[in-house]
Amino acid sequence: MRFGNKTATRRELIFYALCLIVTSFALTALLITVGAIVASGALKLNLDFLLGFPSRKAEQAGILPALLGSAYIIFLVAVVSVPIGVLSALFFEEYLRNGPIKKMLDINLKTLAGVPSIVYGLIGLQIFVRTFDLGRSILAGALTISLLILPVVVIASREAIRQVPGSFREASYALGATKFDTIWRIVIPFSLPGIITGSILALSRAIGEAAPLICLGALTYVAFIPDGLFSPFTTLPIQAFNWISRPQPEFHQNAAGAILILIILLLIVNSLGILIRLKLQKRLNLG
Amino acid sequence: MWLFRKTTRKAFSALCFFSASVSILTTASIILFLFFETLEFFKEVPMTEFFLSTTWSPLFEKKEFGIWPLITGTLLTSMIALIVALPTGILISIFFSEVVDRKYRRLLKPTLELLAAIPTVVYGYFALVVLTPFMQNFLPNLQSFNALSAGIVMGLMILPTILSISDDSLQNVSHNLRLAGYALGATRLQVTFFIVVPAAGSGIFAASVLGLARAIGETMIVSIAAGQMPKLHFNPLEAVQTMTAYIAQVSLGDTPYGSLEFRTVFAVATVLFILTLILNFLALKLKISLNSV
Repeated sequence: MRFGNKTATRRELIFYALCLIVTSFALTALLITVGAIVASGALKLNLDFLLGFPSRKAEQAGILPALLGSAYIIFLVAVVSVPIGVLSALFFEEYLRNGPIKKMLDINLKTLAGVPSIVYGLIGLQIFVRTFDLGRSILAGALTISLLILPVVVIASREAIRQVPGSFREASYALGATKFDTIWRIVIPFSLPGIITGSILALSRAIGEAAPLICLGALTYVAFIPDGLFSPFTTLPIQAFNWISRPQPEFHQNAAGAILILIILLLIVNSLGILIRLKLQKRLNLG
Repeated sequence: MWLFRKTTRKAFSALCFFSASVSILTTASIILFLFFETLEFFKEVPMTEFFLSTTWSPLFEKKEFGIWPLITGTLLTSMIALIVALPTGILISIFFSEVVDRKYRRLLKPTLELLAAIPTVVYGYFALVVLTPFMQNFLPNLQSFNALSAGIVMGLMILPTILSISDDSLQNVSHNLRLAGYALGATRLQVTFFIVVPAAGSGIFAASVLGLARAIGETMIVSIAAGQMPKLHFNPLEAVQTMTAYIAQVSLGDTPYGSLEFRTVFAVATVLFILTLILNFLALKLKISLNSV
């Protein structure tokens, strides 16, 4: 710890001690939360649970439909929200001039990022389930979650695009490149690592979301493997929520198991993201 | 090559434009759908009942539509969350920016930010299965669904939000201000509390407003651990129902779509939306004024 040149007074020491206690309290809370899940859910980490279907009996229940549902949703959300998010970030940073319109769009984006997720669920229900008549399907769920994380993707991508030095763009224009060439050959490649980091963070949020999908009417009891975009579905957080809501402690243990697998899935997605980013950065440094 | 044709360029910029318009369309549809359904709701239920009655029982035989129990439930849990997260977050951010060595900060801050990455069902599980039984040891009156543990755990959830924004604003305080304080003979603690913290004041306030907005909009923790009892009271040991938990409850149940009971969901969501909108605007304004200093 840095105490400057002077020795700390008694009052300072008391304050530092208080800070330390509060910080370790927060760290302990993090440890206990994760620890409680691991302690209770680790027993559930077996193939029967992983490949089983939900059941009335807690010890026979498994999470295969929820796991596949989450995988479907994540894949679709990534495919929908990342391209749209990056393209709108490009529109903001490369095409739109500074002015009242840009300011308004900026406020709109930040406001959208603060709208509660359950409100997105209701809007998804109205747009995708009712108006477009997609039913309570994987596709409707994925589109709703895409809307939810879109502002996060856009904000992160804009940040990444702004990090590309202006001199790079000027060099490109000086060589006679058009705006499109500059975006395609300079801006996108150089901002890609940052865009990927931001998108992975947004996707991590998408994996854990349950509230909007509950609004859409994602089922809590799915005893079949989803077989396409229009299939009814469940996801890991919804399955966990369903099991927590039951009074029997055996189901609570199942919930802990489902959550543990959810956390492992989060870790896998995040490390994949880090790997891709490192690879891209390496290539950029060489070129 | 096709990449450099004029049509490609035109198509690309059009694509960018359409992608950006998705956000506008989203905002428009949120406002349109919420207000349309809420309008339909108010055709059947007078606004005076909605805002003045103190009983909420749309799903029961004797229907009453007073939203206050849901609002107090929401405020109770989010206030508890704020009471937990605000002092903790501010103290930790002071610790990070004023006391601790940079290398510890670089390690500790991302670790604590992991709290934001945890899915909220996990917090709900923790509140219901671990925290409530534990607190029942010394609070025998604590119900198994209660506002207290849901609020405390929600405090953990919003801690990273408050921590990182107030840390940013403390970092933004000009170093010259600190040096001026020391030049006047102030001690380290005096500089921290009488110069740095007041200078970062609006940022810290923005942090708490944003934390509050997140707590009000959170669904899963309160659905799992705070119960489904829309009753007007301020007892943290008892069950409550928040606005978000009510929406989730109706969505999970078998209320037919298009019925008056289902429309209540949109009326509640409109109140929730407006409340969080106001808080987010306030935070945005505070942060803008901070950046211009």
